[in-house]
Amino acid sequence: MRAFLSYTLGGITAGMVYSAVALALVLIWRATRVVNFAQGGLAMVTTYLAVTLIDRHEPYWLAFAAALAAGLLLGALVEVTLVRPLARRPHLNAVIVTLGLLVVAEGAAGLIWGGGLRAFPAPFSTNGLRMGHTTLDLSPFDAFTVAAVVATMVALVVLFRATDLGLRMRAAAFEPEVARLLGVRVGRVLTLGWALATLAGSLAGLLVAPGTFLSPNYMDAVLVYGFTAAVVGGLDSPVGALVGGLVTGLALSYLGGYVSGRLEALGALAILVAVLLVRPAGLVGSTSRRRV
Amino acid sequence: MGRPARHLLTALVAGAALFMLSDSVNAFTDDKLASVGLFAIALAGLTLLTGLAGQLSLGHGALMAVGAYTTALLLEHTRAPVAVAILAAVCVTAAAGAIVGLAAARLRGPYLAGATLALAVALPDVANQYPHLLGADQGIVVNPLRPPGWLGPGFAPERWLAWVSLAVALAVMVLLANLATGRLGRSWKAVRDDEVAAALAGLAVARIQVTAFVVSAACAGLAGALLALAVGQVGSGGFPLSLSLSLLVGIVLGGLGSLAGAVWGAVVLVYLNEVATSAATHLGLSATTAPNLALVFYGAVLIVVMMAFPTGVQGWMRRLAALVARAARPDRPPGAPAR
Repeated sequence: MRAFLSYTLGGITAGMVYSAVALALVLIWRATRVVNFAQGGLAMVTTYLAVTLIDRHEPYWLAFAAALAAGLLLGALVEVTLVRPLARRPHLNAVIVTLGLLVVAEGAAGLIWGGGLRAFPAPFSTNGLRMGHTTLDLSPFDAFTVAAVVATMVALVVLFRATDLGLRMRAAAFEPEVARLLGVRVGRVLTLGWALATLAGSLAGLLVAPGTFLSPNYMDAVLVYGFTAAVVGGLDSPVGALVGGLVTGLALSYLGGYVSGRLEALGALAILVAVLLVRPAGLVGSTSRRRV
Repeated sequence: MGRPARHLLTALVAGAALFMLSDSVNAFTDDKLASVGLFAIALAGLTLLTGLAGQLSLGHGALMAVGAYTTALLLEHTRAPVAVAILAAVCVTAAAGAIVGLAAARLRGPYLAGATLALAVALPDVANQYPHLLGADQGIVVNPLRPPGWLGPGFAPERWLAWVSLAVALAVMVLLANLATGRLGRSWKAVRDDEVAAALAGLAVARIQVTAFVVSAACAGLAGALLALAVGQVGSGGFPLSLSLSLLVGIVLGGLGSLAGAVWGAVVLVYLNEVATSAATHLGLSATTAPNLALVFYGAVLIVVMMAFPTGVQGWMRRLAALVARAARPDRPPGAPAR
C-alpha cells in the first residue's frame, strides 16, 4: 500500500512533466500539422544554458528565467528560419528538418558541454515532506513541478480563451486561409505558437533535469513519453495533453515500480500501440478517425 | 527488354564490377565494402517506405537490432546454419514490423514516426534488462563468417564477407526495384499522394501501408543479421537512436525513394564516419567527443538537403544526365527550351 502510494505520487509528478511536453507538441501540431521532434533537443539546449549560468554563480531563478526566455526565442527562430520556408512542401520535409535540428542540437551540446552526465540543481529540497513521523514521497520540488506546469497551463488557457490574441491564434490554427482574409497575420501568430510551445518544452527540461542528470540525450525518453501522452490525449487537445500526461505518468510509474524502470520506454510503446489500435482518436480527443 | 530483365542486368553488371573491385583491394577496404552492402540493404528498405509510401520510420536501427539479436541467439544456442539464422532474422523482424506498422496504420502521418521513435529509445534498455539472455553491454559474441573450403585455405574472411554482403544487397535491390516499379509500388505512391483517391480507386489503404512497413522492416532485419556477422558482436550499445537517425540521413542524402540513392547514402554513411573521426583528431578532440562532430554534420545534412535540395544526390545525377543528353542531341542547340 505504501509502495502504491509512493508510485502514485511519483507518477503524478512525472505525468505533469509529460503533460508539459505533450502540450508543446500539441500546440505545434494544431498550428502547423508538424510533430516537432526537436522539442526535447531544444529543451536540452536551454537547460544546458541554465546550468552554464548556475556554474557562473548566478542565482537559480535567473538561470531558470533565462532558460525559459531562450526557449521562447529559439522556438520563434526555428519557426521563422526552418519551418516557414517549407510550409508549401509536404509535411514530411518539415518533420525531417526537426529531426535534423534534434541531431544538430545533441551533437553541438556534446561538443560544447561534453557528453557526460552532469548534475542539475533543484530550487527546493528533493527530500520527501514529513508528516508527523512518516515521510511522504512528495518533495517540495515535486510540489513545485506540479504547480509550475499547472500555472503554465492555466496561463495558456487564459491566453487562448480570454484574449484577442488567443482568438487569432485559434483562428489561424483552425482555418488559416479564412483567418488571413479576416486580417489575422497568420505568419506572426504561428511564430508565437512555436515560441510558446518551446517555452513549455524548456520548462519540462528544467523540471526533469534534477532527477535524471543532464546529458545531450536526456530528453529523448521524455520526448517519447510526451508524445505518448499527446497521443493518449488525442494529439490536438490541450486538455487531452494534461489527461494524457497523467495517465502516461501513472502507468509508467507503476510499471517502473512493480516491474522494472528499464522497461518504461517499452511500456510507452505498448501504450501507444494499444491506444492507436483501440481508440485512435485518443481518450479525450475530438478528432474523428480518418475514414478512407 | 522488360523492366525486371533490365533490373537483373544492371545488378549483374554491378556485381561483376564489385567482384573485380573487391578482388583488388586490401582487407580493410573489403570490410568497408561489406558495411556498404549491408547499409545499402537497410537504406533501400527505408527509402521505399519513406519516399514511395510516404511513411517515416525513426526505428530502423532498432529493427536492425532485432535482426542482429535473432541471428546471434540462433547461432549461439542452436546448430542452425548461418543462412537459416539470417532468414529467421528477416522473418522475426518482419513480424515485429507488422505489429508496430499495424497500430500506426490506423491513423497515419506522425503516428508511425512516434511509435518507431519509442521503439528506438526502448530497445537498448530492453537488452540491458535481460543481461543473461541478451548479454547487456558486452553483448553476444558472433563467430565470424568462415569462407567455404573451395576458395582455398588462405582466403581472407573479410573478402568472403564482402562478397556475401554485396551479393545479398544486389539480390535485394533487384527484388525491391521490381516491387517498386510493379503493382505494389504504384499503389504505395497512390496512397502517399492521395489516400482518399486511392481508396476510391479500390485500394486497401491501411493494408498497403502495413505492407510497405513490413517489407521495409524485413530489409532492416536482413541488414542487422549481416551487421552481426560483420561486427562479430551484438550489444545494446550498438543500436542507439543515432543509428536510426543516421539511416534517415542516408536516404535523405541519396534522394527519398531512390534505390540508387540508397547506395550513395550507404557509401557516404560508411566513409563519413572515417572522415569525421580523422577530422576530430585533427581538431584535437578526445575520442569521446569525436562522434559529436559526425552528429552535427548529419543533422546539418538533414536540414540543408531538405531545405535546398530535396531530391538528394540521385536527383542531381538525373538532372546532370538530362543536361548531358540534351547537349549530345545535335538537332537542338544546348540551352534550348525542353518540350
